[in-house]
Amino acid sequence: MVTTVTTGTRERVDEKRGVDLGGRPPRGGNGSRGPNGKGPGGGGGGRGQEWSPERYRIGILVALASILMMFTALVSAYIVRSGLPTSTDWRPIAMPRALVVSTALIVLSSVTAHFANAAAKRGREAALRGWLAATLALGLGFLASQFFAWRSLAAQGVFLASNPHSSFFYLLTGLHGVHLLGGILALAYVLWRAVARDARPHAEARLRAATAAAAVYWHFMDALWVFLFLLLFVWR
Amino acid sequence: MGRALAIIIWVMTVASVVMFVNPRWWLPPAITEHGPAYDRQFLITIVVVGFAFVASQIALGYAVWRFRDTGDGTRAVYSHGNNRMEMIWTAITAVIFIGVAVLGQQVWASLHFQDAPAGSSKVRVVAQQFQWNFHYAGTDNTFGRTEPAKIDDSALNFIGLDDADPAAKDDVVVPILITQVNRPVELTMRGRDVTHSIWVPELRFKQDTVPGMDITVHFKPEKVGRYELACTELCGQLHYKMKSYLLVLPAEQYNELMAMPQARFQSRVSELSREYPLPKY
Amino acid sequence: MAEVDPGHETHGETGAGHDAPHAAAGHSHHAPPSGFIRKYIFSVDHKVIGIQYLLLALFSVFVGLIMSVLMRLKLTWPDRGWPLLQTLFGAEAAPGGNMQPEFYLSLVTMHGTIMVFFVLTTAPQGGFGNYFLPIQIGAEDMAFPVLNMLSFWVTLVGLIVIISAIFFPGAASVIGPTGGWTGYPPLSAIGDKLNVPGQGMGMNLWITSIAIFCVASLLGALNFITTLLNMRARGMSLMRMPLTCWSWFTTAVLALLSFPVLLAAGILLLLDRNAGTSFFVPTGLCCGQNGVLDHQGGSPILWQHLFWFFGHPEVYIAILPGMGATSHILSTFARKPVFGYRAMVFAMFAIGLLGFFVWGHHMFISGMSPYSSMAFSILTLSIGVPSAIKTFNWLGTLWGAKIRFTTPMLFALGFVSLFVAGGITGLVLGQTSLDLSMHDSYFVLAHFHLVMGVAAIFGMFAGMYFWFPKMFGRMMSERLGKIHFWPTLIGVYLIFIPMHSMGLVGMPRRYSSFTEYEFLRRVDPLVMLVTIAAIVTAAAQLIFLFNFVWSLFKGKKASANPWEATTLEWATTSPPPFDNFGGKEPEVYRGAYEYSVPGAPDDYIMQTDPSVYDEHGEGGAARGAPRRDAVRGGGNGHDGHDGH
Repeated sequence: MVTTVTTGTRERVDEKRGVDLGGRPPRGGNGSRGPNGKGPGGGGGGRGQEWSPERYRIGILVALASILMMFTALVSAYIVRSGLPTSTDWRPIAMPRALVVSTALIVLSSVTAHFANAAAKRGREAALRGWLAATLALGLGFLASQFFAWRSLAAQGVFLASNPHSSFFYLLTGLHGVHLLGGILALAYVLWRAVARDARPHAEARLRAATAAAAVYWHFMDALWVFLFLLLFVWR
Repeated sequence: MGRALAIIIWVMTVASVVMFVNPRWWLPPAITEHGPAYDRQFLITIVVVGFAFVASQIALGYAVWRFRDTGDGTRAVYSHGNNRMEMIWTAITAVIFIGVAVLGQQVWASLHFQDAPAGSSKVRVVAQQFQWNFHYAGTDNTFGRTEPAKIDDSALNFIGLDDADPAAKDDVVVPILITQVNRPVELTMRGRDVTHSIWVPELRFKQDTVPGMDITVHFKPEKVGRYELACTELCGQLHYKMKSYLLVLPAEQYNELMAMPQARFQSRVSELSREYPLPKY
Repeated sequence: MAEVDPGHETHGETGAGHDAPHAAAGHSHHAPPSGFIRKYIFSVDHKVIGIQYLLLALFSVFVGLIMSVLMRLKLTWPDRGWPLLQTLFGAEAAPGGNMQPEFYLSLVTMHGTIMVFFVLTTAPQGGFGNYFLPIQIGAEDMAFPVLNMLSFWVTLVGLIVIISAIFFPGAASVIGPTGGWTGYPPLSAIGDKLNVPGQGMGMNLWITSIAIFCVASLLGALNFITTLLNMRARGMSLMRMPLTCWSWFTTAVLALLSFPVLLAAGILLLLDRNAGTSFFVPTGLCCGQNGVLDHQGGSPILWQHLFWFFGHPEVYIAILPGMGATSHILSTFARKPVFGYRAMVFAMFAIGLLGFFVWGHHMFISGMSPYSSMAFSILTLSIGVPSAIKTFNWLGTLWGAKIRFTTPMLFALGFVSLFVAGGITGLVLGQTSLDLSMHDSYFVLAHFHLVMGVAAIFGMFAGMYFWFPKMFGRMMSERLGKIHFWPTLIGVYLIFIPMHSMGLVGMPRRYSSFTEYEFLRRVDPLVMLVTIAAIVTAAAQLIFLFNFVWSLFKGKKASANPWEATTLEWATTSPPPFDNFGGKEPEVYRGAYEYSVPGAPDDYIMQTDPSVYDEHGEGGAARGAPRRDAVRGGGNGHDGHDGH
């Protein structure tokens, strides 16, 4: 009997087809289709292709996981610090009005980012450019509005070191702003790619993938802001 | 080569075991109520640890001795493992380790899950760089008010005792921890600058002092004597010198001392310190 | 096939059957760079980056090693002066060559930080992982080569910043931060206000360096995870991957989830130090002549939680790649498949997962809730179970083997011995009750140095001796390797086993001298023994350094597969070409550790070998005659079975 030698198991081999030793797996899967060699083992997706959008999708999700961990740590610190018995100095700051505008802008920008992604998927380049530009503008508007919120607090004499709540407010909004700035750069890059001629192969697929990645990131930043907003000014 | 490695592994194993069973380098005798329970748990754990250590090193040495390539042209056994054995040893180690873990909570629970028994003596500990301050309430059994703003090292007010408070009049602050034998003591631990940690090997007890927190702990010393007390949380350049003593006194000496005012208290503590030499190991 | 012989100079006879990497022209997503700078300095090639990481770690490990020898000198001869030290470090740090306590603590801090971050995290993952993960899964590079390059350069900036921290105390002395690698506030936050030497600008630089390192590690982790998930060659199913790949993957996941927390903690600490916030600094701290500080309401314990949430997974970040390399190398030289491959993978994941829920065992006596201590304690001891599974499986791999005692094998065996010796005492330290005495004693020092320090270093040595021929095309000297191994193995036992006894007696960590305490007198002989062993062991590392440099230029030329191993890195030339497989794409036909298969012509079958063997010994069905239909043709290699 002809057997296949694989880790852990032996398997019968279809004599007629010849030996299929886990070669010829379908491409593109990530998971293990043939654990331990039972049946055809699935290989990775990207290898051997010139360009794989999958890579960017995984990459952005992994990156978001780490950003999520950082904010989780800070939010845990916030919750612990606010609940300490020694935390007699915890005096919540009044919400700057500008934050309502900020929140509206960023939620709206998520909608436009969604349409940009949808346009990219359907290959409607003009629409893509329009939605991207709108998202970009809303994003910049958000940052400007956040900046106004900072200015108005500073005008009231509330600074980073004033009390723990203001410390966390400046820190969380600042870090969120820095990450959002990254999103704005990404959007600007995508917009540039959508406007300029991309001479590289797979230009369209690249643009689609880049838009999708930027959109996922953007939605994340939107959701993160809404969460931070609720944490800072609604949760007590 | 295989045999040499086996022999080295075995020699190192034996040397390690010899070092561990050598009473010269064992824990100092315990002096607290929870000490014997601690030592028993320690011994149980070390036996489990020692058995696992010795057994696996012997097995490793045996394997490299027995299964070296002798060049006889035969091949190794072709095997990818054995699920049943895998399950058996997983189950056995799980039972042993979790069992030890559960046993290992007893002493902890006896010290930390309940408040100090009624009738405990009370001492406040204020740790600072690089000195221990032990604050005794005096005859009125009430601690005087303290606040950081009143701290004045040049006036020897290390803990910020407020002289305006009547309860502070008879309070005593000395750099030595004094307890009564066979009477539980409750320590309320504070730090005034950085984190420190109180540690007396014979007590089988250690606790950080954390600035901003009052940490209350208790134990019961059962053997009269004087013991060295060290800081075990890095606190700065003179951390290694942040030393004090624990004085466990018989009831009469203790009561007599606690009734003394600050001035006599200190000289009496020095006398008592001379009376009780450090244990020799 | 012409330019790359996947190579069996040593086994030309069966070589044809192993020629699985096949032409797949035009696949390089980036062409090899020309010019020295693009090729060796700002290279995007994972192999060059891996070597850069290794050289960075090699530099760091010798810096850390010298620091540890200096510490031993101070502890053993507390009052002696070595005039050379005054010349080197200035009169303030070592007047007359006598190391001052603050200089000692600065050595403690720097030794810990440099070893943990720039050696134990960098070499196994950034170095070997970078070099071999893509090759072992049959990829031509990492998923994001430019990010990969960035992650190395950011790490280097981190190293430069940490070293500059030593040189920023203000005065003319060389004293770095003195707060220990754990940087507990308030000492780390307000140490300068207490006039603790080295806690000023040096501390800011220390935190900055850690933050920079976090960013670098995150970039690396992102790359590792994406590469492994997305870029495996055809046939490389997850359960066919070498265990090294699993270990790098698990490590990357741990890094991805733990370093952001340290980064957050570092930012908070920097703000406390420099912006007047009070995250970790409590109310009413009294700073001698500086009076009472304005800070209010912070919690020093909060830092400990954040730090150890990172710190405990970090331990596994250091040791897991060593476990992977050990499994890989044991199997290779035992000429046996890994015993319980799946159990090994699951154990590794179990260790990684549990590692996130046990950080509290560093904090039993910190003043946190005693009830949570108990939960942490029981979870901690349950990590012993997957660790024991790994040990049993290593022994199982050796059982019935035909062991070849090469230098990498010796170090891998040493890893097993040391991992057991160091890991098992976690059973003591993980118990809340026993920690009452053992916390912050030399017992702890012995435990973690043996397991995450020395065992991990043995994993790295094993990896270095094993992969050196692949990386540099030359063999390291076996003779020198063995001369290096014996004193190192004996030395580390002599250093760290007595430290357990010191811990039992009650010796506290981070003391610059033991002269103050009577109860420590009885361990004086052990202190001396440890110091002598440490000096000899440290000196023995020069043999390694010499071997490394000498073999780089004079070593025997290595064939493609000098160890007769099975995995993909041995299916290409030594060293591999720019795109790893010379324009071909390897295809994988079996698991990673097919040794001593009955019926096969050799005692190993490469993963790329498409032949079929009858394991009942009726002769190789395809000996020397690979089934051509199993080997895909040239061109793009897309053959109709494509999912796309």
